[in-house]
Amino acid sequence: MKPPKSTTREPASGVATVEEPNARNPRGRLVIALAGNPNAGKTTLFNALTGLKQKVANYPGVTVERKEGIWQIGGEQALLIDLPGLYSLDVTSIDEQIAHDVLTGKVPNLPKPDAVIAVVDSTNLERNLYLVTQLLEYNIPVVMALTMIDLAEKQSLEIDTEKLSALMQIPVVAVKAVRREGIAELTEKTLKSAHGHRIPRLPWLTESEFAETVTEEDVHLSLTGDAGSNRRIFARYNFISDVYQESVRAVETHERSVSEKIDGVLTHKIFGLVILVGVLLLVFQTIFSWAELPMHLLESGVGALGEFVKTQMPPGVLTDLVADGIIAGVGGVIVFLPQILLLFLFISLLEDSGYMARAAFLLDKVMSKFGLHGKAFLPLMSSFACAIPGIMATRTIENPKDRLATILIAPFMSCSARLPVYTLMIGSFFTGQTVFGVVSLGAVLMLAMYGLGIVTAITVAFVLKRTLLKSPPPPFVMELPPYRVPNLRSVFQNMFLRAGLFLKRAGTVILAISILLWALTYFPRTAAPPAANQTTAAGEAETGVGEESRQIQNSYAGRLGRVIEPAIRPLGFDWKIGVGLIASFAAREVLVSTLSIIYNVGKDTEADSATLTQAIRDAKKDDGTPAWTPLTALTLMVFFVLAMQCMSTIAIVRRETNSWAWTLFMIGYMTGLAYVASLITYQGGRLLGF
Amino acid sequence: MILTNLPIGEIAKVVSVNGNNAVTRRLMEMGVVPGVALKIVKTAPFGDPIEVRLRGYSLAMRKSEADSIEVSE
Repeated sequence: MKPPKSTTREPASGVATVEEPNARNPRGRLVIALAGNPNAGKTTLFNALTGLKQKVANYPGVTVERKEGIWQIGGEQALLIDLPGLYSLDVTSIDEQIAHDVLTGKVPNLPKPDAVIAVVDSTNLERNLYLVTQLLEYNIPVVMALTMIDLAEKQSLEIDTEKLSALMQIPVVAVKAVRREGIAELTEKTLKSAHGHRIPRLPWLTESEFAETVTEEDVHLSLTGDAGSNRRIFARYNFISDVYQESVRAVETHERSVSEKIDGVLTHKIFGLVILVGVLLLVFQTIFSWAELPMHLLESGVGALGEFVKTQMPPGVLTDLVADGIIAGVGGVIVFLPQILLLFLFISLLEDSGYMARAAFLLDKVMSKFGLHGKAFLPLMSSFACAIPGIMATRTIENPKDRLATILIAPFMSCSARLPVYTLMIGSFFTGQTVFGVVSLGAVLMLAMYGLGIVTAITVAFVLKRTLLKSPPPPFVMELPPYRVPNLRSVFQNMFLRAGLFLKRAGTVILAISILLWALTYFPRTAAPPAANQTTAAGEAETGVGEESRQIQNSYAGRLGRVIEPAIRPLGFDWKIGVGLIASFAAREVLVSTLSIIYNVGKDTEADSATLTQAIRDAKKDDGTPAWTPLTALTLMVFFVLAMQCMSTIAIVRRETNSWAWTLFMIGYMTGLAYVASLITYQGGRLLGF
Repeated sequence: MILTNLPIGEIAKVVSVNGNNAVTRRLMEMGVVPGVALKIVKTAPFGDPIEVRLRGYSLAMRKSEADSIEVSE
């Protein structure tokens, strides 16, 4: 039984005024929600209203981003909630569910909003108004913020805002968020609406539906999925068509718009595909070449900091923990920041310009052949830099099964953490050789590794979508937004926001794992008397190795390496490589530093350093035969393409799938696949005489 | 006739959206309701999906999805 409502209606005027200042909000702070279609200019307005006072988190239990900021509204502070971009509120996707929960006050510790600002793109008024009609049904005061007014004028659309306001029965404010025009008026109207609650009579609802809307908070849910909901969609649009005809004067232009002209080229049957490939090449080239310098600087910075700590603190376990465990571990994440920032920069630019939707449009036919949505293209592309932002980007895929399939194959894309491993292997065994006399063998192998990842991903997706994740092909119905020059402030803000999230989410896990791995290689101290059988095993290996190297061999990690040796011997790996594999389950690039320690060339050695490559070439197995052959190197590369060796990815997958079962499934099938493929590579290679 | 068979560039009116599933509901929410005028702008390079223009914006959909839209010229 619901508590009696103080709502009274006056049928004559069709408007009721309820005085309930902050009744819903015990702390006395106003809560305002910002709702609008994707691409309506919501983010720009949010930034203009809150400045830099923003906070991003997740809604409890789901992966929808919860973005909020403080808005100085009149003399008071309001909490401004940026709802996910929405086309409707019919609760068919996670985003819509969350928006619904916010609007009905169902999110814990978040009071029901006192008012909603509906962000409406004036160049796309009809479809944007649809969401407004739905918002009005939530019985919360709505203020309409009309964006893109200047673009509408260019397209010869004349919008009579007063008429629009009168017909929709809500305040309408034209805003140019970047130039802060209309912000003051929006503030004033929102404040007024939030304090004096007017319930307009909604003409598209029948009498009984309207009565339900006003009294029943959750009528929206019961109406989805039946014939009644279709009738309601139709009724809303009929109302909107009338409003549009009365308040908008559109001058017919026969000239093709700029957007259409651009589109003619970018989605052209031939040029479109050529440009797409070009864009991808540019993105990759930039990520790999531009990021190189800052990455080197960060690497040396982290190294220097570790050294500094060692000189400043008294030698001991604590100093080693700080320098080798914490600083080196966190440094390992920070080093990838330049690449991740650049990737997010490109994603933001491509998304905000409208190109990303075209890429999905161009590629959907191909992607759907493998059972994937065109939208899976972006996450998979991102995964070439790092699977973590890639997996985070799968949120745009609505169908949970398609999303899961994309998450499960994303780590096959060769990420930047694999590069040091590829570089080390190619640098050690495949330099100076060419194929057909011109192309370097190293480049061919590098390409082959990327190719192996892509082919495997496609095959796995194909199999998954026909077995475990069997579902009808996902719907593609998707807006192709007009091309727009991205707002640079939003782009950069978005870039840093996302990078910060990555640091927070992945950084904590990496920190914990680095400390664990550090402990595995640090304990027991070699000085401590080791158990008898380990002494002999270690003794055989110890011929002229340094103290650090001896330590790692005697450590728990070294012992684990020997435990798994029988399992990896068929792949051509000895226990020292085994130690490297164990360590690299935290993060792939750790292999390089671990091998450096094992081969005693100093742990700050880089993948392309001559000392390390020489040490690898000279390394001997316990029986005196060379530990590495070109075939071993190739096998190791194959293993690294396929195996799930990244704690941060595991942590993100757990978060995004909300299921340990799927996370463990992913670790299991990827690593199993890596083992089998490496076995085939090594044994096949041996048979062929390599 | 169904939308898939509408020649590119010709304007038609939606008569009905047949079916009651996630796809048809999404189509209606995006403004594809009886009475609205629309046209096919182009098909993607591999023949699918198609770009449809209605209510002043562009909507992409697969041909299989356009099959549920009944139009008349």
